[in-house]
Amino acid sequence: MEIAFYLSAVVAVLATLGVVTGRHPVHALLYLIVSLIAVAMVFFALGAPFAGALEIIVYAGAIMVLFVFVVMMLNLGEAAAQQERAWLRLSTWLGPAILSGVLLLVLLVTLIGADVGGRIEGETLTAKAVGTLLFGPYLVVVELAAMLLLAALVAASHLGRSEAHDEAHAVRQVPGKRTADGRGRAASERSLGDDTSSEENSR
Amino acid sequence: MSWWTPQVEAIAFALFQALVILIAAVGAGALLTMVERRLLGLWQDRHGPNRVGPFGVLQILADMLKILFKEDWIPPFADRIFFVLAPAIAMASLLLSFMIIPITPSWGVADLHIGLLFFFAMAGINVYAVLFGGWSSGNKYALLGAMRASAQTLSYEVFMGLSLMGVVAMAGSFNMREIVAAQETIWFIVPQFFGFCTFLVAGIAVTHRHPFDQPEAEQELADGYHVEYSGMKWGMFFIGEYVGIVLVSALMVTLFLGGWHGPWLPPIVWFLLKTTVFVGFFVLLRAALPRPRYDAVMSFGWKICLPLTLINLLVTGALILVFSPAGG
Repeated sequence: MEIAFYLSAVVAVLATLGVVTGRHPVHALLYLIVSLIAVAMVFFALGAPFAGALEIIVYAGAIMVLFVFVVMMLNLGEAAAQQERAWLRLSTWLGPAILSGVLLLVLLVTLIGADVGGRIEGETLTAKAVGTLLFGPYLVVVELAAMLLLAALVAASHLGRSEAHDEAHAVRQVPGKRTADGRGRAASERSLGDDTSSEENSR
Repeated sequence: MSWWTPQVEAIAFALFQALVILIAAVGAGALLTMVERRLLGLWQDRHGPNRVGPFGVLQILADMLKILFKEDWIPPFADRIFFVLAPAIAMASLLLSFMIIPITPSWGVADLHIGLLFFFAMAGINVYAVLFGGWSSGNKYALLGAMRASAQTLSYEVFMGLSLMGVVAMAGSFNMREIVAAQETIWFIVPQFFGFCTFLVAGIAVTHRHPFDQPEAEQELADGYHVEYSGMKWGMFFIGEYVGIVLVSALMVTLFLGGWHGPWLPPIVWFLLKTTVFVGFFVLLRAALPRPRYDAVMSFGWKICLPLTLINLLVTGALILVFSPAGG
C-alpha cells in the first residue's frame, strides 16, 4: 500500500505541475483530471475507498466535465497560448515559487522532526462507517452544507430563468409596438405567431 | 513444481477469470453489431445482413476486416493526443466496469465493497471519451455532438445514482454480491419498480442509445462526435457502445433481477439468459421508437425522472424505517 501511496502522490504532484505550466488550456485541464484521479488513488491507498470513489465521481466525473465543457466552447487558440507564455516568465513565478518553497520546507521539517504518528497502513473505512459519522456527530454540518448547496441551486435557477423570461417577453412585445406605430411590416414578421396576425385582423 | 502453491493457483485462476470475462465482454459487444442489425431487420420487416455465411453470422468477420484494413487517418487539424486518447477512454472505462459484476457465485473479477460506486466513477470518466473526441476533431458537428452528449450524460447521471440508492438502502450495501444475496427471496424489481424504470432510462441515455442518441443524430449532426474518426478508432467507439449495452444489461440483471438466482438451471445460464433479454429489449427500443427532440430529452430527465427517483428514495427510506427501525 505504501508503494501505491507514493506512486500516486508523485503522479498527483507532477500532474499538478503540468496544470500550472501547461500553455494549452484543454491540455492543462487534462492534467488536472489526472491529478484528481491520482488524489483519489491516494485515498484508496490510505484505506478510504469511499472518499476515493466520491472524488472521482464528483470532481473528475462532474465538475471537471463542466470545466472542460466551458473551455471547449470558448474556442481558445494561439492567442491564449501566447498570453499564457507571457505569464510564465521567470520574473512572474519566481517570487511566489520562493515563498511556497519556504512553506514546503516548514512542512517537511515539521513532518520529519515531530512524530505525527500517522502511518500509511490503516484499517479500511467502509461506506457504512462514513455514513454513520456523517449522519451522527456531523449531522448539523451536513444539513448546513445541504442548505448552502440549495441556495446556490436556487440562485443559479433564478439567474438562468430571468434571461429566458425576458427574451420571451421581448419577442411578444416587439411586434405589438410596431403595430401601434403604424409602420409597415415585412412579410416575415407576419409569420411570427397567431398573436400578431389576430391583432392585424382586429384592426 | 515447488512454486505451484495454492496461492499461485488462486492468482492464476483469478487472472484466467478476468481474461475470460474481458474477452467475453468484447466478444459480446462485437457480436452485437451483427445481431442488432439482424434483429432490426426482423422487427422492421426487412432482411438485414444475410449474405455472408449462414444467416449472415460471418458479417462480423467482414466488418472486422474492413475496419482493420481501413486507413487509420488523423485529420491534420485535429489535436493528436486527445484524438487518440478519446476512443481508448471509451472502451477502457466501460470494460473496467465489468470488474464489479458478479456473474455466478464463484465467477467475478473483483469483490469491492464500494462496488456500485466504482461503476458510477467509470461512467463519469466515460463522458470524457465523447467530450475529448468531439473537441479534438476540430469539426463543428463533432463539437456540437460532444456538447449534447456531455450535457445529456451529466443530467442523466444525476438521477442514475439516485435511482439505485433505493436498492442500496434495501440491501444495506454497495457490494454487488451482497445486493444479489439480498434478492434471494424477492427480486428488487418488485419493491423498487420506479428505481428500475428510471435506471433503465438513465442507462440508455448514458450509453447514448436510441432514443437518446441526439449526440450522434445523423440527420442533424452527420454522426456527431465521431464524424472525423475512421478505421479501428471509430471501431472502438462503435464496439464501446455495444459493450455499454451489455454492461447496463448486466447491471440491471444484477441489481433488479436477482443476478444468477433462478430455479432449475445453473446460475451462469440464468445470468446470461436475463442479460440477453435486456440486450434484446435495447434493440427493440431502437427498432420501435422515434428520436425525440433534444430539449424534450433534457426536460424529461430533469422534470420527470429526477423527482420520481427522489420520491422513490423518500418512500423507500420511510418504509425501511417503519418496518425495521433497528436495521442499521
